[in-house]
Amino acid sequence: MSVPVYRGRFGAAQAERLLWRAGFGPAPGQAARLSRKGLRHAVRSLTRPRGKAKLRGPAPHDDDGLPLAPGDAWGHDLLWWLDRMVRSDQPLNERMTLVWHDWFATADVGQTTLNLKQNELFRKCGLGSFEELLLAVTVDPAMLVWLSGNENERGAPNENYGRELMELFTLGADNGYSEDDVREQARALTGWTNDWDESRGMVNFRFERDRHDYGRKSIFGKAGNFDWRDSCRLCIDHPAHAGFFVTRLWSYFVPTPPPKRTLRALKQQYRRDRNIRRIVEAILMHPALYEGPRMVKPPIVQIAGMLRARRRGIDTDSWTWIADEAGQRLFQPPNVAGWDEQRWLDTARIGGRWTAAAQNTRAAEIDPDGYDPKETAADAVRKALRFWGNPSLSSQTRGELQRFAARVENVATDDWQQASYRGLRQNALRILIAVSPEFQTS
Amino acid sequence: MSAPGHRCGCREFTRSELARRSFAEAGRGLPSIEPGMPVPAGTGMTRRSLLLRGGALALSVYGASMLRPQAFVEGIARAAGSQGKVLVSVFLEGGIDALSILAPVNDDTYRRLRPQLRLAPGAGPAWTEDTRLQWHPSATPLHQLHGEGKVTVFPGIGYTNADQSHFTSRHYWEVGELSTRADTGWLGRLLDVVGDDENPLQGLSLDGSLAPSLATARVPVAATWGASYDLWAPGVWGEVEDLMFESFARMGVAAEGSRDGGLSGAGRVVRQAGALRTQLKAFSDEIDSPVAYPDSEHFSESLAGLAAMLGAGLPIRVASVGAPGSYDTHDEQTGSFGADLAQTCKGLLAFQRDLEARGLDDRVLTLVWSEFGRRPEENGDGSSAGTDHGAGGNAFLIGTAAKGRMVGEWPGLKSLDEDDNLRSTSDFRAVYCSLLEQWFGVDAAAVVPGASGFNRPALIG
Repeated sequence: MSVPVYRGRFGAAQAERLLWRAGFGPAPGQAARLSRKGLRHAVRSLTRPRGKAKLRGPAPHDDDGLPLAPGDAWGHDLLWWLDRMVRSDQPLNERMTLVWHDWFATADVGQTTLNLKQNELFRKCGLGSFEELLLAVTVDPAMLVWLSGNENERGAPNENYGRELMELFTLGADNGYSEDDVREQARALTGWTNDWDESRGMVNFRFERDRHDYGRKSIFGKAGNFDWRDSCRLCIDHPAHAGFFVTRLWSYFVPTPPPKRTLRALKQQYRRDRNIRRIVEAILMHPALYEGPRMVKPPIVQIAGMLRARRRGIDTDSWTWIADEAGQRLFQPPNVAGWDEQRWLDTARIGGRWTAAAQNTRAAEIDPDGYDPKETAADAVRKALRFWGNPSLSSQTRGELQRFAARVENVATDDWQQASYRGLRQNALRILIAVSPEFQTS
Repeated sequence: MSAPGHRCGCREFTRSELARRSFAEAGRGLPSIEPGMPVPAGTGMTRRSLLLRGGALALSVYGASMLRPQAFVEGIARAAGSQGKVLVSVFLEGGIDALSILAPVNDDTYRRLRPQLRLAPGAGPAWTEDTRLQWHPSATPLHQLHGEGKVTVFPGIGYTNADQSHFTSRHYWEVGELSTRADTGWLGRLLDVVGDDENPLQGLSLDGSLAPSLATARVPVAATWGASYDLWAPGVWGEVEDLMFESFARMGVAAEGSRDGGLSGAGRVVRQAGALRTQLKAFSDEIDSPVAYPDSEHFSESLAGLAAMLGAGLPIRVASVGAPGSYDTHDEQTGSFGADLAQTCKGLLAFQRDLEARGLDDRVLTLVWSEFGRRPEENGDGSSAGTDHGAGGNAFLIGTAAKGRMVGEWPGLKSLDEDDNLRSTSDFRAVYCSLLEQWFGVDAAAVVPGASGFNRPALIG
């Protein structure tokens, strides 16, 4: 049984969608170039890049022109990662890091360097074996602090991690485990701790035999002297895990649920070796990605994509609060379930996306005085589209932009308004493109 | 899920400073509203009732949106100045520990289960309706309002076979049924029944994203950060700006009609944003409150803004605000609990006093709730002690119109449920049914599935 593969046309529009779903949108001209590789090679160029990632483009700096200090300065953690999203030549790697940041959502534990280390873990292991990733995350210092793993000891078990391990990370809510399993998992996971150092904070994360409960536990109806590794493996081997895993991974790339046969095939493939990369490749080549409905771009993807389209590097701290306003402050997911992808858009969050668009247009704002008084409506729309790297837009959206451009000419009745209104029009058109419903989705 | 143990005040300050800077910047280049702009009739708004940028009037038709701008403006006008009932939902995120808000300080079982976390007898005022229980000192403002007959306490609220997942249990409370599939909130469905097609403000989430309780299937709702809403368009003004916002809303309407579900959803939000901007554009974020709020935290600012908006006659029916702090106190419960609860209760008291000063208190009820209570037996030892997820918890209904008598008795520690958690003695769905019928005058059966199976505790009067 194999996973269906998309057989339709793979042109610039399809490549553009792929670049948004599997990365952070195209740089100008990139979609057309990628489409010439054909679907399979295009996907593999994303999932199997050669060598280490290179960052291309202007180096990031803050409002004062200083280099970023992600471990120390407020908001620079986000800027540091956003810079990688914008500049990395291995965008899927960054996108998978974002997937795991949402999947194992860990907010700032009060010591940003721990969160940054976790981020590197996701980048390093994000396309390998899920079993290895889960084992590493379970004893990752930021996670140990975030879900009380370092407070979980023999005689006084803390259920925080054991519950979320099953509910959010491997099985799904109420999907084949009981409250007794939660308590027994907590016992199996006991033993981890750390020290507190006056100058360095939380240090020396380790397993201590004295803190581990070596007694027998019963989990999913199996009995044994389980420890934290068993705890993870029992979840991975649970019959409900493969279905949960592929369905959740699918949901990051395709907005409609996987068809039944596809789900079966993906589960079968996943069970062979728990390899993440091959499942991602199957999803990125699936017909549902190209033929199905549009998908709302996550806010940070939208912001990174605008910067890529503008070939603009990180040159201001503002992206931190703008991302927050748009609903996705990196390193601060709302809770351990991560962001709610069903609700990326509401009136407040579209306000944040609007601000992000305006931040970009303001950086290249046109002075209406002295603007070309004869520019036609069609030329104005073309120029504004070029500003954003010529995104493919439907005829309906283009039609509305064209209509707006023509209406501005209708109200420019006085001579002095001919240049000035056309200047204002260009500023407005650029904003309108980036806040259009179509541009919020891919 | 867990609360990060370390919160840095200066970090919050920096954030709000940055936000302030951005708004200042956002205001640059925006024309102030010109005096003499037409105001829709019947909005009931006056200069006195609203503080506005530039001293001009609010609710202008500036950038009036959509294909039928006039219908939209009439929609606001129809609903504005209404004397309708309002419900404010205040969510205590994380599952607040009921045994710390109302503590059975002299109960032997309590003292045994809570060696580290138990409250000392006399540390807070006794609860007059059941003197075995004592308010947490930080909950003194609730005690004060309760003494005035303005707080109905639910000492053991929940549902049978409580789910101990934050997300599942919270979802049940939000959708008003024990179903993981429901995708509209119980307050959203109320709006779908009684709401207006043209008025996003009727369901207002004040925390910067849509509160799931307010998710509708049919009518528009709004999310803001606090009380203001504007969209910043650098280098665009005057007639061109008007046309731009018209086109923005038109693109929303067109996309909303698409067969593509993703595009249609984005279109819906764009249309609502256009409408909301018209409603709130002129609303200043500097609120002139008749009472003092505890400080400048977002919670206080949101409540103060909400009272001011209601005072101005803006057509709000239900609103949602998240309480400050997180109550998921798996460890170091003593670290943050008291301060968070104090912030919350002081804000609630100030809001009630604000409504009273504005003469709005008969129209507004506030429901304070959390997804569950916490395990009676604490975990850990020493200062790291916390509590794991539980079942039965606390809720409060606050307002001059509240009956002020407890609903359901305190479940006690003698007979816990099968997971060693507090039982529930009232069901949140029964409370919803009563609010729908006794407060909004709406048949609960149209909003809460299985409504006929629940009793109707008397909540008003």
